[in-house]
Amino acid sequence: MSEKKIKNVFIEGPISSQFIGDSIAKHQSKTAIGAHAIFAGQVRADEIEGKTVSAIEYTAYEEMANTKFHEIREATFAEFELSCMHIYHSLGTVATGEICLFVFVSAPRRKVVFKALEFVVEEIKANVPVFGKEIFTDESHQWKVNS
Amino acid sequence: MNLNIKYFGVLAEITQCSEETLSFSEGTVGELLAVLQAKYPALGTKDFQVAHKQEIVTKDTKITNPEIALLPPFSGG
Repeated sequence: MSEKKIKNVFIEGPISSQFIGDSIAKHQSKTAIGAHAIFAGQVRADEIEGKTVSAIEYTAYEEMANTKFHEIREATFAEFELSCMHIYHSLGTVATGEICLFVFVSAPRRKVVFKALEFVVEEIKANVPVFGKEIFTDESHQWKVNS
Repeated sequence: MNLNIKYFGVLAEITQCSEETLSFSEGTVGELLAVLQAKYPALGTKDFQVAHKQEIVTKDTKITNPEIALLPPFSGG
């Protein structure tokens, strides 16, 4: 596994529902799979001190982030019996209601996919150097911190 | 050694650059941070971690690689 090439997880702008649908469709030929689970992180219109978030602008320490995504991928395959896994994260501006993170795990049977999916998402939130700048409707901003 | 220091998020707003080259003789992450905080006093008010060789390191880590990144709290996903 460690010889595998490090993939680029980042996509410029939001992740479309078309892209997510196509990703699922691509697995129709993999008939050993019996269960998919997906996580789609959506930008929320948080209200903070009377101002409303209209978008998040994402930046990342891309080289380190892709290395961390790779490590998370390897740790997940080591821990869970998965057939395959895909992770995509946005860079740049993603408006409220749009998708900024897409995690997709597949396995022969269902129970493992829920656990694996949660593991991957929590690892991403904790360990990948991605930074979200919350842009408010009045064009002011603040830097988001994961809770 | 000439270090390439990268700044992200709110830290890049403080330094007003996303990266810079800095001449640094030899030493630890903590010694480098003392230099940077003298240059940018507002850094001292912020919570951040340091990455060296793409790993989070502590202040007593000796710098052996020219690329150093200052990372504010992560907010991916």
